[in-house]
Amino acid sequence: MKCLILPSIGEHLINLARKLGQTWYMVGSVIFWLFRSKLEFRQIVKQTTRIGVDSVSVTTLTSLFTGMVLALQSGYSSKSLFNEPLYVGSVVGFSLVKELGPVLTAIVVAGRAGAAVTAEIGTMKVTEQIDALYTLGTNPSRYLLIPRYFAFMIALPLLTVFSDFIGITGGFIVSVVKLRVASSVYWDDIFMYMEIKNFMHGFIKSFFFAFIIATVSCYKGLHTEGGAQGVGMATTESVVSSMVLIMAVDYFVSALLVSIGIT
Amino acid sequence: MIEIRNLVKKYSGKTILGGINLDIKDGEIFSLLGPSGTGKSTFLKSIIGLVKPDGGSIKIDGADITKTFGEFEIQKIRKNFGYLFQEGALFDSLNVWENVAFGLRYLTDIKESEYLKTAGEKLELVGLKNSENLKISELSGGMKKRVALARAIAANPKYLLYDEPTTGLDPVTAETVSELIKEMSKKLKVTSISVTHDVKLALEISDRIALLNEGGFACLGTPEEIKNSKNGIVKEFIENSICRK
Repeated sequence: MKCLILPSIGEHLINLARKLGQTWYMVGSVIFWLFRSKLEFRQIVKQTTRIGVDSVSVTTLTSLFTGMVLALQSGYSSKSLFNEPLYVGSVVGFSLVKELGPVLTAIVVAGRAGAAVTAEIGTMKVTEQIDALYTLGTNPSRYLLIPRYFAFMIALPLLTVFSDFIGITGGFIVSVVKLRVASSVYWDDIFMYMEIKNFMHGFIKSFFFAFIIATVSCYKGLHTEGGAQGVGMATTESVVSSMVLIMAVDYFVSALLVSIGIT
Repeated sequence: MIEIRNLVKKYSGKTILGGINLDIKDGEIFSLLGPSGTGKSTFLKSIIGLVKPDGGSIKIDGADITKTFGEFEIQKIRKNFGYLFQEGALFDSLNVWENVAFGLRYLTDIKESEYLKTAGEKLELVGLKNSENLKISELSGGMKKRVALARAIAANPKYLLYDEPTTGLDPVTAETVSELIKEMSKKLKVTSISVTHDVKLALEISDRIALLNEGGFACLGTPEEIKNSKNGIVKEFIENSICRK
């Protein structure tokens, strides 16, 4: 039994080390070309539009309903305890701005734009378009990856702010219409107890999430093998890996931010 | 001139190229024949540095691409090459002229305002006049090959590498592509290296032909020498190919 398990663990560890090395090499190449070549502005605008603008509708729906359900749950919980829906605005605001806004937006973007990036680069890989880039005097890092890194780093924080706003609005609608909270009470709850650092907490995290999604989706695309089936597998792996990493990094970055006073 | 010495490439322990030695002179049309999966594309990709060999050297006008590691240094060598990929490898997010002009930005000093004109000239050369604004999805297989050829020659390379230039084409289009390769060589005075399993194409266009078998050359010579070769592997490959045609 021992003989079967150990080589399997070893193989997995070697694979993991290889993948980490390849990822580090890719990120290094992006940094190298970032400082050694002209930026592909047209590509950056195109990718930011695709990743950002095209994700607006899904983000809107996700954050609207998240805000609404948060208000509903916190309102009714509070009602059963205190006979009154207390601090609904604060609960919705804190939860969304610090945690749910950035995390849910990142997950939506990973599922939608991250998957699309992996599928596109993966298809380019299996149809030799990546090799063609080399033969035409450029490098995939320069032409494909840098614009996508920029696009994620610009689009995701903006989408996060947008998502915070929509979520809080969703909470407002439920609070006023369903829970009969006065609108001034809802907004007072938010503005009295929340500070700019609470907003910054989530906003800073969105940059980390953007980096994760860009790295995972580009890496999985560039290492796609085996035709259409390979593209499908790479896309699935990209979304799953991004989601798991977003959750894990969320904890560590939150802990870091709290430790330096950005709570 | 391209000088290949003792070129070795292995995949998962299996030797694909087992010590190839070859000189390709300037202006020559060289074809490498061989059945599918024998390492022809690996050979071609090694020349341009897309595949790193496990041993040996490939000198392009004196510069050894296998010992060149810096991105800029490799690009300097690659500037001399045009590469026609087996399936074209056209960028489907760009239209025809954008594909053809793609390399001009990175490989030449041509002004951006001249790109469309240059792309038009190259497209005319491959018989695709007035097709600049077509989408890649609107092209037939033969047209894609021609656009890919126009893209390969756009920056006026010294060496043209063809990976299976006639695969997947009907006999008439294959004949056109074969004529185009000869024309490119004549008009642009480029050195052409094609890897193919199309014996007819190789016999028609080449100055010299080699047959790749089990990691080495089963034979190397002029088309006449290949046709009259007594080597069993060569005879079998040529006879089988011609019979199938």
